[in-house]
Amino acid sequence: MKKLSLALLCAGMLWNGAVNAAEVSKQQVLDQYANVVLANYQDSSASARDMQSKIDAFLAKPTTESLKAAQAAWIEAREWYGQTEAFRFYAGPIDDDAGLEGFINAWPLDEVYIDYVKGKPKGGIINNPKVAITEKQLRGLNERGGEQNIATGWHAIEFLLWGQDLSKDSAGQRPYTDYTTAPNAERRAQYLKLVTQMLVDDLARVEQQWQASGNNYRAKFVKGDLDSIKKIFTGMGTLSRGELAGQRMEVALDTQNQEDEHSCFSDNTHRDIVTDAKGIQNAWEGRYVRRSGEVLEGASLKQLVAQKNAEIAQQTSSDIDNSVKLAEAIQAPFDREIVGKKDAPGRKRVQATVESLKAQSKDLVNAAKELGIKRLNTGV
Amino acid sequence: MLHRFSLPLLACLIAGGVLAYESTAVLALLEQAELLPGGEAGTTDDHGKNAFSLPMPALTDDEVTQFEIGNAFFTKPWVEAPSSTTARDGLGPHFIAQSCGACHTLDGRGAPPDFANGIQQEQPMALLIRLSIPGQKPDPVYGGQFNNRAIPHVKPEGQVQIQYREIKGQFADGTPYSLQSPTYKLDHLGYGPLHKDIMLSPRIAPQMIGLGLLEAIPERDILANAERQRAEGRGIAGTPNYVPDAFAGKDMLGRFGWKANVATIAHQSAGAFLGDMGITSRVNPHEECTAKQKDCLKAPSGGKPEISDKNLEQVIFYSRTLAVPTRRDADSANVLRGKQLFKDANCVSCHTPSYKTGEFAPVPQLANQTIYPYTDLLLHDMGEGLADGRPDGRANGRQWKTPPLWGLGLVPTVNGHSRYLHDGRARSLMEAVLWHGGEAEASKQAVLKLNASDRANLEQFLKSL
Repeated sequence: MKKLSLALLCAGMLWNGAVNAAEVSKQQVLDQYANVVLANYQDSSASARDMQSKIDAFLAKPTTESLKAAQAAWIEAREWYGQTEAFRFYAGPIDDDAGLEGFINAWPLDEVYIDYVKGKPKGGIINNPKVAITEKQLRGLNERGGEQNIATGWHAIEFLLWGQDLSKDSAGQRPYTDYTTAPNAERRAQYLKLVTQMLVDDLARVEQQWQASGNNYRAKFVKGDLDSIKKIFTGMGTLSRGELAGQRMEVALDTQNQEDEHSCFSDNTHRDIVTDAKGIQNAWEGRYVRRSGEVLEGASLKQLVAQKNAEIAQQTSSDIDNSVKLAEAIQAPFDREIVGKKDAPGRKRVQATVESLKAQSKDLVNAAKELGIKRLNTGV
Repeated sequence: MLHRFSLPLLACLIAGGVLAYESTAVLALLEQAELLPGGEAGTTDDHGKNAFSLPMPALTDDEVTQFEIGNAFFTKPWVEAPSSTTARDGLGPHFIAQSCGACHTLDGRGAPPDFANGIQQEQPMALLIRLSIPGQKPDPVYGGQFNNRAIPHVKPEGQVQIQYREIKGQFADGTPYSLQSPTYKLDHLGYGPLHKDIMLSPRIAPQMIGLGLLEAIPERDILANAERQRAEGRGIAGTPNYVPDAFAGKDMLGRFGWKANVATIAHQSAGAFLGDMGITSRVNPHEECTAKQKDCLKAPSGGKPEISDKNLEQVIFYSRTLAVPTRRDADSANVLRGKQLFKDANCVSCHTPSYKTGEFAPVPQLANQTIYPYTDLLLHDMGEGLADGRPDGRANGRQWKTPPLWGLGLVPTVNGHSRYLHDGRARSLMEAVLWHGGEAEASKQAVLKLNASDRANLEQFLKSL
């Protein structure tokens, strides 16, 4: 009897020792993930508000310089939003039934749904005075009659700042006079101001759901145990394979068409790819470098998987790391990078990134299996 | 494989045995395979918005790439020619939608237009109207399908007006129910009056899941359903439709569409590109403009053909390989009771639960899968209430094909509505059941006799599929 309890005690001590030394729990991983998500959405919100103030300044006094400043602010803000895309695809606050993602980042967008394009000077909502430019109206029109009928979000703002990309060597060349002397300039300004405000509001809504205190999505999420772990994997895996490798790169490689480029007006697609890849890495490593430079670090999925199978965790880390590096090597503009024969240097760079993302998707499926998650989806 | 399944199977057998022992008459056993309605190759485990949009897990990595490119051509809009979007121009001249995904939203099911205060709020999008005159000929002016949109400088064919009339009834226990019966009218006609004997057939866009698995069901097993139904002698007489297939160049057994009027996914895809979006392809090289539609005939083309063979193949591949979601709540007592009721009411005769797929050359991994689509893929007389009076191939104006039931419970999640049947008239699964007549009359009568809790159990079962 005495012997047995002693043995139990010893086993218990050993067990505890192991926990103290290296073990992380699912709970710790979920808490840290939620910290990263919140910080990333906070940075995204803040950078979007900075963009808003630059757009307001431009609309108050439209010049080439103030337009450039607004464009630069859009590019900067995308650096932070891009990383949040790893938090999609599991019906969280960004893409649950309320469908905020569709208002925030829907793509690809049919330009002529919003404004004039070459050959159609009277096209779009802006040039149709019968349509009132109100939030209710634009939310009603967004994705109406087809997923490409996009009226709001990042890419609507992008189009309103840059215009159609009609040149091989540069981004869109919208003149600032579109906001001064061009037909319907006032409606265009009204539209840009409104959709920018809507984006800022929508981002704030998402951010609120991840606040650490409150009766919100995060409160439920961190109690979700393996279900929530599966959500993290689903977000990373689906972004890796279906969305980033598939929809955003393989489709473009296949069609070699500018229309299949993600941020086609600003020619910022190369950064979209890097920030998406980085976002996946953040989620895996439980680590995030904030806009302020502050580094958040804590219990990670990587550690949790390593406790079960160090080799798979290592392989996953190295493929994810490789994807980020390869994505950084893709050159701008992306629409030139995808053109040419199979062995064109640009296509090879894009293809290499695709292959690495595919490899990491398989790693993620294997890693999820180690934690008891079968049938992880990585498509869209 | 055996090892992987032996434990759960054993547990299930034990649990099943205990249940059967305790209440033999009440509970139907859960078969382990039912949890994966699309088989090992074709089932995924997502019950959210993307539940109908995911690739089958058995695809190779290269096939996933084909799937993703097909997905892009399924969802991205076609635009009128000429355009800088050269990969996707050629929309119209007449069309209903600009992309497949506009009607099959998130690869799910369409709904009729919104009605507020009894007034139709918009033109239908995911509900198309087939046209013909006696002799199964297309309307000489409007063709075989009514298109309510057109590119600039071409007239739309007109508008679709729907009116609903309430029909009241009650269950045996006195609980009242109400159904809404639609009538369809075409007006604002662009090219003069319709033929005096015009026949209309409304069709809603169905969900896209598991189509490749349905295509992989051996033909003999579908024909055996008809034999079985005859042998059962309960007044159910499924008949196969046989229809021409543009790719095979011969008549084949119809499996797809509300009247089983399409034999293959390839034919269906090319047909929808032309009929619904005005996109020509190798097998459908000519726009559907009739001689009377001069503006349509003169409209610019987006190339010959407008969709390349390669891109069409990718869309076909995509359509074949959308996975079926895993069952939800399949082992709860309510669902198992509902399953038993479904069986007792003989719904299973036409909504045949399961098959084993045969060889399937286009995607060999889909062979030898035990699947649970709940359909016999045959035509049945569904009674006067559902009849559209318009023949289609060998289908007469009272016959409809038994639609598969898998994924049914996720339509509200994916599409935000619960509209069912061929024109979306049913506002709930129970309403859909209550519209059944003709060969299904006896089954409906059995449902009418159920008490409230069993009606709920039956619905729970359908929602778990």
